[in-house]
Amino acid sequence: MSAVSIRNVFKSFGAVQVIQGISMDIKDGEFVVMVGPSGCGKSTLLRMVAGLETITTGEIAIGERVVNNLEPKDRDIAMVFQNYALYPHMSVRDNMAYGLKIQGRPKTDIDARVQRAAEILELAQLLKRRPRELSGGQRQRVAMGRAIVREPRVFLFDEPLSNLDAKLRVQMRSELQALHQRLMTTTLYVTHDQVEAMTLAHRMLVMNAGKTEQIGAPLEVYSKPATTFVAAFIGSPPMNLIPGRITEGGKALASDGDVHARLPEARPALDGRNVLLGVRPEHFEICEPDAAMLSPDIDFIELLGSDSLVYGHLGADKAGARMAARLHTSVVAKEGRLPLRFDPQYMHLFDPETGKRIEE
Amino acid sequence: MVERRPVLTFLAHAVLVLGALIVAFPIYVTFVASTLTVEEIMSVPMPLLPGGHLIENYKQVLFAGTTTGSRAAVDRMLLNSLVMALVVPIGKMSISILSAFAIVYFRFPLRNFFFWMIFVTLMLPVEVRIIPTFQVIAGLGMLNTFAGLTLPLIASATATFLFRQFFMTIPDELAEAARMDGAGPMRFFWDVVVPLSKTSMAALFVIQFIYGWNQYLWPLLITTDETMYTAVIGIKRMIVGGDAANEWNLIMATAMLTMLPPALVVLLMQKWFVKGLVETEK
Repeated sequence: MSAVSIRNVFKSFGAVQVIQGISMDIKDGEFVVMVGPSGCGKSTLLRMVAGLETITTGEIAIGERVVNNLEPKDRDIAMVFQNYALYPHMSVRDNMAYGLKIQGRPKTDIDARVQRAAEILELAQLLKRRPRELSGGQRQRVAMGRAIVREPRVFLFDEPLSNLDAKLRVQMRSELQALHQRLMTTTLYVTHDQVEAMTLAHRMLVMNAGKTEQIGAPLEVYSKPATTFVAAFIGSPPMNLIPGRITEGGKALASDGDVHARLPEARPALDGRNVLLGVRPEHFEICEPDAAMLSPDIDFIELLGSDSLVYGHLGADKAGARMAARLHTSVVAKEGRLPLRFDPQYMHLFDPETGKRIEE
Repeated sequence: MVERRPVLTFLAHAVLVLGALIVAFPIYVTFVASTLTVEEIMSVPMPLLPGGHLIENYKQVLFAGTTTGSRAAVDRMLLNSLVMALVVPIGKMSISILSAFAIVYFRFPLRNFFFWMIFVTLMLPVEVRIIPTFQVIAGLGMLNTFAGLTLPLIASATATFLFRQFFMTIPDELAEAARMDGAGPMRFFWDVVVPLSKTSMAALFVIQFIYGWNQYLWPLLITTDETMYTAVIGIKRMIVGGDAANEWNLIMATAMLTMLPPALVVLLMQKWFVKGLVETEK
């Protein structure tokens, strides 16, 4: 049985369609991350699950109940907002207890729950403080505490870490993960940060312009992106997409930009077809010029210590596609042609018209 | 930013002292006059050191009134002023915080139209609409009543506008968080909006208290009964005819008494007042 079902949901603000038919079933206890560039509708979708936005058409169910017309408080959910949305005039304890107090729970029950949440989140020392006396990370934890005490069926997170500095974000990310492992509450999490999506998600929903691009486990999305959008969105630097053509009866791939690669296995059906060749920057390695599959002209190099990012152009006179390679060496010539190869199993092929992956 | 130059420091202080003296001197003269007898005030030049009739003068105005002008005692007038200066700001704030809440947090038809309707009344201060307002109050039989004194001054676009501006700075997420927590609109109002508005309310209270206390034209029009005079009107009614006919020592004592409460309110609420004007707790 699924904890949350999103069934063919549409949302429009006036004439603008921001969500265009999204469906997804979220299993009980699953951690699902909705990821996409800003303005792709991911937050709107989350707010529709929360009940803060109306659903134009389609259906959202939490557990067995269709919740389209239920108030947020009746949906058995709790939400953590990007800017925490703590009540500034209430202590940490009151912030966490407020929802329970409105539900009219007995005081001993409220105290026990708040105490327990405070221990899980290491807030026990801070219960009497006001939000403005807390650091960003602590505020974020209070916001999570407010969600935990309600013991909801589903947690909703709306970019909860984006107001934190980079170091704290990494820390909170692992805390979130630990928290989920401990509570096993179904979680819907919105972010534009692919690292958060990759590290936290059981499954992720990659969205673009109000549509689903791909639903899948992080590694699946990484290793088999369904569209060129996903290929470019997940991974840093993004996957290289180089126009080319299948030749030699489906055995090889060639491009005007001087790419010569063999397909992992012959695919006669594709012979003569124009494709987009996708290779992740981290799958390149330097080789002898004779063995090179492609030899980009170096534009510039970024040294990251552990490895180097090489940016270059294909083709004569830099006329071809731009590309990037992440190499595990800092010994790279500063200019000229860099002979590169990659393992054909890391080759991705996309249809240049539709942007869809050409399946094996 | 500012240069440290002794001459400039001296000059700045000299200007400040001069300014303070210009403001304070008339008040000092008023005080001195309130401690003298009528004859002493009328002598030329008037003494500039306090005389020996302080307690006597204040006692007389407070409990007996003047003998030449209005005969009403000032204690009753101070009470009337106090009622007016409390009911006006409290009434104003209660109504305008609710209307601002409605305008900011509810979507209803013609919402903006109503807001602009309220806003437009800013262009119509009491003085402009005083004749029709008098007509209405008279027609309702509210002359010489507290209701007549306060009601027309309670409706306020200024306060509504101020609260609206403040509410718009409260992040939307707070309202949404309250909704997730299951708080209905009025619960949200009491538990979140009102506590957050405390400093704004304090600032507004100070301003409106002084506004209510210092009302002159309106009470002058609708109070004819001595027991309904406010202190400000009391002063006016004490002054009759020529210079010599007035008991200036008593009038000055009344003026001192009338100045006291607003000064006290400002002094006591200074901290809150400044806080309300400069910072918001969010």
